[in-house]
Formats: sequence, structure tokens, C-alpha cells
Amino acid sequence: MRVRRPAALRLLALASAAAASATRAEEIALPLRPVAVVGDAIPASLTEEAGDPARGRAIVLDRTRGLCLLCHPGPFPEERFQGNLAPDLTGVGARLSEGQLRLRIVDGRLLNPQTIMPSYYSLAGRLRVAAAWQGRPILAAREIEDVVTFLTGLRDPAPGDRTAPVMRPAP
Amino acid sequence: MIRSAVLVLAGLILAAEPAFPGGIAPSDKRSGLAEMGPELQAMQRDDTAHPGMLWVQDGADLWARAPTGGAPACSGCHGEARASMRGVAARYPAWDARNGRPIDLQDRINLCRRTHQHVEPLAYESADLLGLTAFVATQSRGMPIAPPEDPRLAPARREGRALFEARMGQLGLSCAICHDDHWGRHLGAAAIPQGHPTGYPLYRLEWQGMGSLQRRLRNCMSGMRAEPYPFGAPDYIALELYLAERAAPLPVETPALRP
Ligand code: HEC
Ligand code: HEC
Ligand code: HEC
Repeated sequence: MRVRRPAALRLLALASAAAASATRAEEIALPLRPVAVVGDAIPASLTEEAGDPARGRAIVLDRTRGLCLLCHPGPFPEERFQGNLAPDLTGVGARLSEGQLRLRIVDGRLLNPQTIMPSYYSLAGRLRVAAAWQGRPILAAREIEDVVTFLTGLRDPAPGDRTAPVMRPAP
Repeated sequence: MIRSAVLVLAGLILAAEPAFPGGIAPSDKRSGLAEMGPELQAMQRDDTAHPGMLWVQDGADLWARAPTGGAPACSGCHGEARASMRGVAARYPAWDARNGRPIDLQDRINLCRRTHQHVEPLAYESADLLGLTAFVATQSRGMPIAPPEDPRLAPARREGRALFEARMGQLGLSCAICHDDHWGRHLGAAAIPQGHPTGYPLYRLEWQGMGSLQRRLRNCMSGMRAEPYPFGAPDYIALELYLAERAAPLPVETPALRP
């Protein structure tokens, strides 16, 4: 008779099976956490614990993790090289709600299928993903929440841009 | 009603289809050379300061050296490269009738090694293959890229265009997103060039050495977090064919220099 393994162990076994298969052509992934889209937002957090804005800032600035500043400029004076392929992140927390920010990072293609912004928490429609990244979203659920929490705090308008509209009052 | 919807749709499709390969107007077409600062441009133009010329010189030596086994050197059959190889690189990749497939210049050189010199092909990215290829391509310096109109190349060229426009990798980007739609903009610190294959093999400062066009394409694919094709894969030849068509008639720059 088979010994029933505790759930945590089964999950571990599943995770290492996914890692072992990472060199195969097809993507085999642990299922992502479900996301509930409401209108143009994902109002509910992907994790139980709250995001950490300091960790979020580090991810946004890291060009091998968040990659954000490859495309976006933003209010980061210490970062000399910022891209100009995407809107400035300055004041984005005042322009968009937390849920709107979450949707744009999880899967912006839901709003604009042509967008060049990567879908950070979706495996849909991916082709020829390099072995090292197979089966993994670009950011983990906890990292998404860290980034969203950090972005909600980017409320200051650009310096000299006093007239920038603040669409939503602070909660 | 339906008719007008179809018309609108047709209009949209027409509007979406760029008029030129890559949607880059001929008057806007420019080499990655134009994207570099004046110091690097000067270094590329000065053969005595250009580190890539060391490889070209090694290639010249190999051209004249007979392999062991009694077969003639390249020069034994082709004579002076300055005359016989002039313009050759400008029309590669080309059709290899013997094997019934398109090949690029480095494959052509390895074919001569195998069929005419009866020696092993040189390894991809080896100093010898880069040197010989650069030496042969340098004989076309300044000549316009002129892809052959051979209809047998058309299917692979179409395939290359489809690959260029396909989203791939973990980031879901395509070559076209960067090189057709956002050239001239900045991706972090890097200026995005139009992505023309004008100078290969070339010396890249980041590599601190010479590399082939396939090595460059692998770099871009890794940046997209896509699985690069193995060296010599038909997918690269297809991409190289499309890139050549897209770049014509820019001049051959081999050996170019890039950051
Ligand atoms: C490959 C380029 C690229 C990368 C990398 C990228 N983005 Fe974007 N992003 C865009 C573009 C382009 C848009 C504009 C919206 C569209 O295309 O639909 C955008 C839109 C946004 C928006 C909405 C902005 C607004 O004002 O409406 C936010 C927020 C955002 N990105 C955050 C991020 C964050 C955070 C990261 C990193 C985790 C990131 N982006 C990485 C290209 C990128
Ligand atoms: C024994 C004679 C012989 C030797 C040695 C030889 N080749 Fe060739 N090469 C040919 C012939 C013949 C062709 C024409 C295509 C064919 O029949 O293979 C050719 C074609 C080529 C082409 C394509 C020219 C074009 O117009 O498309 C290149 C490039 C080339 N050789 C380079 C080399 C190099 C480099 C070497 C030395 C590694 C070399 N060849 C050695 C006989 C030779
Ligand atoms: C995210 C943007 C991006 C994508 C996607 C991308 N590239 Fe590039 N590519 C670059 C940048 C930036 C450079 C210049 C490299 C540097 O200076 O560091 C470059 C360089 C090149 C060059 C060299 C041009 C020269 O002057 O020598 C070629 C060719 C090229 N890319 C082709 C491709 C192909 C083919 C693909 C798709 C498989 C692709 N690229 C995907 C950004 C991109």
C-alpha cells in the first residue's frame, strides 16, 4: 500500500518535476495564482501578505528582474540610463488605481493586445521561451505585489509640472 | 452593411502593411554605424586602429596557406581575393544548388573546405572561420548589399520575415518591435539600431573580439529571453536572407566595429 505524503511534500515534488522539465520544448509550469479582472483592473491582491514598497523599488530599478527602466523613464535620479519606449512612471500612482496598476503589470495585453509591455504574470501564448525561463512568469506573485505597492506611492507630479492632473484623491 | 465593414477591414489591413520591408523608408535607412559616437566611428574607419583588422590579416594568411593533404589553398583556385572575391559577400546568403538550400558566406567557405580541399569544416565562431569570412567579406567593402533575385530563395526569405515579426521568448517581444518600430529610441543605455547586417563578421567591444551575425542574433534572442537557435540553423539563414533584403542597398562595412 502507498504511503500518503503530506501535501507540502507533494507540492515540492511537483516543483522539482517542473524544474527538471525546464529544458524540454514545451512549457510545463506550476499553475499561476488565479487573477480576477474587474473592468480595467485586478482589484484583489495576488498574495495574502501586503507588498513591500522598498523591495518593489529595487525590482523596478533592477534591469535583470523588473526590466522596467529599459523602456520607461521615471523619478529615479540615481539611474542614469532610462529607456524612452514607454510612458514616464512619474506620478503613475496618482493616475492609476492600485487595481489598474496590477492589471497593467500582470497582463497589459488584456487592455491592448498590441502592447510591447511584457505580461509579467501570464504564460499565455509564449513561444520559444529560453530554457532558464521556461514555465516561469517574469515576476512571482509576491514580486508583483511589491511592485504594485511601490507604484501606488509614486504620486508626485514631475518637477515643474504643477498642473499635472491628479485623477484620484489619496485614499 | 457587411460590405462596408469588409471595406473598413480591408482598409485597416492595407494601412497596417508597411510599404517597404520593415516599414523603414529608403531615405531613413541607415547602418548601425550612424548610431555610434564619433570616436567609435573613427575607430571603424581607421584600419590601423581597428582591432578587427587583426582577424582580417589572419584570414589573408589562411587564404594563401594550403591545407595538409595536398589540396590547393583558397588562393590556388581563386587567385587574388581582391579580384575574385569582390562583390561576393554583398550577395550572400545565396542558393547552394548542390545541396538545394540557401547558405551564408561562412557555410560557403566551409563547403569549399569540404568539397574542394577535403578537410574538416571550421567550427562556428572559431578564429579561423571568422578570419577567413571577414577577409572574403572585406573584399566587398563599400559595395551595396545586393541580394540575388533567385526565386528559390523566396520561401526562406519569407520565413525570415515571419521570424523577424514573431513575438517570442519570455518577454514576448519581436525583432520588429525594436528594429522596425523603435529604432533610434533608447532601451536603457543602448540606442536601438535598425538592425542591419552590414558589417559582419565584426569586432564588438562587449565581446572583446570578433563575432558572426549569428552570434549577434543569439545576443538579441537572449535579450528577449528566447531560446537561441543552434549555430548554422536554417532559421538563422532565413533571418539573414530577410535582413539582407531589408538592408539593401546599404554598403558592406566588414569588418565593422560596434559597442
Ligand atoms: C518592453 C518595454 C516595457 C517594459 C520592459 C515595461 N513596460 Fe510598462 N509599458 C510599456 C508601454 C509601451 C506602455 C504603454 C501602454 C501600452 O502599450 O498599452 C506601458 C505602460 C505601463 C504602465 C501604465 C502607464 C500609464 O501611464 O498608463 C505602467 C504602470 C507600467 N507600464 C509599469 C511598468 C513596470 C512597473 C514595469 C517593470 C516591472 C514595466 N512597465 C516594464 C512598455 C514597457
Ligand atoms: C579546388 C578549388 C577550390 C579551392 C581550394 C577553394 N575553392 Fe572556393 N570555390 C571553388 C569553386 C569551383 C566554386 C564555385 C562553386 C562550386 O562549384 O563549389 C567556389 C566558390 C567559392 C565561393 C563562392 C563564390 C561566389 O561567387 O558565390 C567562395 C566565397 C569561396 N569559394 C571561398 C573559398 C575559400 C575561402 C577557400 C579556402 C578555404 C576556397 N574557396 C577554396 C573552388 C575552390
Ligand atoms: C528589445 C529590443 C530588441 C529586440 C527585441 C531585438 N533587438 Fe536586435 N538589437 C537591439 C539593440 C539595443 C542592439 C544594439 C546592441 C548594442 O548596442 O548593445 C541590437 C543589435 C542588432 C543587430 C546588429 C546591428 C549592427 O549594426 O551590427 C542586428 C542585426 C539585430 N539586432 C537583429 C535582431 C533580430 C534579428 C532580432 C530578433 C531575433 C532582434 N535583433 C531583436 C535591440 C533589440
